[in-house]
Amino acid sequence: MTAQAAESRELATVIGLEVHVQLETETKIFCGCSTDGGEEPNTNTCPVCLGLPGALPVLNEAAVESAVKIGKAIDASIPEETTFHRKNYYYPDLPKNFQITQYDSPICQDGELEFSHEGDSRTVGIRRAHLEEDPGSIKHAREGTGPLDSRTTGIDRADYTLVDYNRAGTPLMEIVTRPDFRDPGEVRAFLEKLEEVLEYLGVFDATRDGSLRIDANLSLIDAEDVHDDGSIDEAVLEAANRTEVKNISSHKGAETALAFEASRQKKLVQSGREVAQETRHFNETHGNTVGMRSKEEEKDYRYFREADLPALRVSHWKEDIDIPELPDARRDRFVSEYDLSEEAASKLTSTKQVADFFEAVAERFDADLAATWVADELLGELNYRDMLITDVEDRFDEIERLVELVADDEITAKNAKETVLREMLDEGDDPDAIVDREGLGKTSGDAVQQAVAAAIEENPDAVADYEDGDDGAINFLVGQVMGKTGGSADPGEVNQLLRAELDG
Amino acid sequence: MATEYNAYISDETIEGADEGPLAGQTVAVKDNISTKGVQTTCGSSMLAGYVPPYDATVVERLTAAGATVPGKTNMDEFGMGTTTETSAYGPVENPAAPGHVPGGSSGGSAAVVAAGDADMALGTDTGGSIRCPAAFCGVVGIKPTYGLVSRYGLVAYANSLEQIGPIAPTVEEAAELLEVIAGPDEHDATTRDHEGATEGLADAADGDVDGLSIGVPTELVDGADEAVVETFWDAIDELETRGASYHEVDLPSVEHAVEAYYVIAMSEASSNLARFDGVRYGQSGGYEGNWNESFANAREDGFGEEVKRRVLLGTYALSAGYHDKYYKKAQDARAWVKQDFDSALDEADVLASPTMPIPPMEMGESLDDPLTMYLADANTTPVNLANLPAISVPAGETDDGLPVGLQLVGPAFGEKQLIRAGSALA
Repeated sequence: MTAQAAESRELATVIGLEVHVQLETETKIFCGCSTDGGEEPNTNTCPVCLGLPGALPVLNEAAVESAVKIGKAIDASIPEETTFHRKNYYYPDLPKNFQITQYDSPICQDGELEFSHEGDSRTVGIRRAHLEEDPGSIKHAREGTGPLDSRTTGIDRADYTLVDYNRAGTPLMEIVTRPDFRDPGEVRAFLEKLEEVLEYLGVFDATRDGSLRIDANLSLIDAEDVHDDGSIDEAVLEAANRTEVKNISSHKGAETALAFEASRQKKLVQSGREVAQETRHFNETHGNTVGMRSKEEEKDYRYFREADLPALRVSHWKEDIDIPELPDARRDRFVSEYDLSEEAASKLTSTKQVADFFEAVAERFDADLAATWVADELLGELNYRDMLITDVEDRFDEIERLVELVADDEITAKNAKETVLREMLDEGDDPDAIVDREGLGKTSGDAVQQAVAAAIEENPDAVADYEDGDDGAINFLVGQVMGKTGGSADPGEVNQLLRAELDG
Repeated sequence: MATEYNAYISDETIEGADEGPLAGQTVAVKDNISTKGVQTTCGSSMLAGYVPPYDATVVERLTAAGATVPGKTNMDEFGMGTTTETSAYGPVENPAAPGHVPGGSSGGSAAVVAAGDADMALGTDTGGSIRCPAAFCGVVGIKPTYGLVSRYGLVAYANSLEQIGPIAPTVEEAAELLEVIAGPDEHDATTRDHEGATEGLADAADGDVDGLSIGVPTELVDGADEAVVETFWDAIDELETRGASYHEVDLPSVEHAVEAYYVIAMSEASSNLARFDGVRYGQSGGYEGNWNESFANAREDGFGEEVKRRVLLGTYALSAGYHDKYYKKAQDARAWVKQDFDSALDEADVLASPTMPIPPMEMGESLDDPLTMYLADANTTPVNLANLPAISVPAGETDDGLPVGLQLVGPAFGEKQLIRAGSALA
């Protein structure tokens, strides 16, 4: 192809993902050790997850239950029975030098996930999702300076390697999509939606370090090979040289890594060069991908059945296990049940915690008040502070109390938002303490009445102007009353009281 | 308490409970069964000095039942052998036939029982490793149904095939020991709670074979050594005079059993033994180079010839391009063998054959020829492929005074039937 022809080729990007998510179970997938990884290295371990000679795996059915929930949420088929295989390879983070995973009967097959991207609804196919055990974690270290930062960039400079098996045996779900993504932005939107769904299911904790790990395949094909319905022939995909990008650990990282990779490949193709089929490493700091010094031969994992784990019949599990209402359904219900706008409903269903909190507040007070306070005030203030709903999850009762103060007319909405809520978030105090401290309690009727009387008596000129038909004078009087009550009176109410007094 | 037969690798005593069905008895334990605080080597220098931090379920059960463990017995390295000559701790000699091998791989366990150095012993049987040494040493050995006895703590050689089982001077004692160790275990997902399978085993040793129907698979008798066949038929005659009857049955699939067995066992071994890389236990690092080189060096230094042979062959059999030709085909053969046994056991209560087609070899005789050694497992390996229980009882001796064993095979969880029939002879 001439350089000119290469340059003018219209290209389409094709992306598929393998997403590893840690499942939130109390114990590991094949032993009774806790899945809390945050302790001293190698303390949450036992003969099983250390791979000691003679130890045997026993399946934690809670992990299978979580997997079936995911299967229901992505509308996958669940097999009659599910089995485990061994994936054989040598690596220091792998205690047995094989990983117990699933091969030809994964717990979920042929699902899909709908998400919206730039206003359009998109559906991506999920080829399979299977259970496996997480390996341990390794840190490369240098004499004197200690652990280096990253698993692959550090190894060349390392003197020795430290292994921590606390993570070994944490249940993982590997979710493999079809190559249905056409641009990096879609990938990000998909991952956000996936995470939202997983959190709704209560099987995943996004705040946990390393709970989400993504490998992405990206290749370029001629745009004309994409059919009108968006499909691409298998042969075209097979023929395209793709790169696998590893070490992606966030939505944003996925978008950055794939945007870089798409543009890198495009430049190669447009300059008439070939894209090498290889594994590349995403460097989050630099936002680029780097070719790994990979051996060219295809890895042979010598999969075979794990005889220590008998086949597990799961044919009834899909019926027996209930999953909570998922975000899309909940959003639609919020619109119809609470008469909310699409926008407000979307905001309120963005995480399960927000949605649950909204419904609790709506039930106690009313939906409009709840929507204002949760969707606008609370989320707005959190967002401004770069905080997440999970940061205030254990203070929901305090926030509810604040809404109660407004609902009972004990403080003004303005003070509630601008003073009380902000101080609650910034200083951690509870609403009643802030109201007391700042003297924001609405002044009682008598005190307002007295202030009204005093203002009339002290400002005969303004009263005269009002009586002469200068309606603006009333504002001056309102201001006087507000001053006397320290701003705690309701201006509308003061206005009415003044008029009643003067007109009477 | 080292024996003159080199039957123990270590002789540290593990005391049992004061009371229990095995109180006052000594039960030696094969050195591939984990004992908390006591070295467990699997007969390999790879695990020299490895001290498990936990007890195998069977060890917990037997010490709770009052037995004292007098030591850990010598064995073929990781169970890979038929003569107990592949041990890194030297070969074991047969106390019942000096100058001859004790059989393997549980040769140490059978030897200490035959010599009277322990009342009983635990062995493990992946393709005959309890029954072969029991036959060669003139004692009783039981290979339980797969799933009757917990494998938790048994260092795996071929995990879909192996079981822990008893070796004892008499069927009744073997049954007593089996009763103690048998039954479901939450640490081994392959154990099964089969009704009645674990109770009254010792009581079944009443020698009553009146009306017992014995099937004799001709395939397992025809190729055997003449002296062995003669002794075997004498034992069948003995059972007949006690009221049993016999007829011939066919097991056409068994001609492929040894091949299928070795492909499966070696494949599983290649994966089971992968964890021995010098990082966490046993033969340890300190090697130059990257970790792949360090792993390779630890394995080169730690494993013996036979282990390396089997790991390499097993890796090959599972590799892309060969998996279907070897591993998958072996699995098909395994299914066929199971089916054959099921049909044969429809026509008979138990199946009888010589345990080993040959009498005990002289020491050193078979080491240079692994294939001959593998073929000696022709009668025992099919039983492991079929997950069935089997017992080896002394059938008598050849004219040269070498012990011959009679093997009885029963239906899954039919241990009682085997114990009853076997107890008519020992």
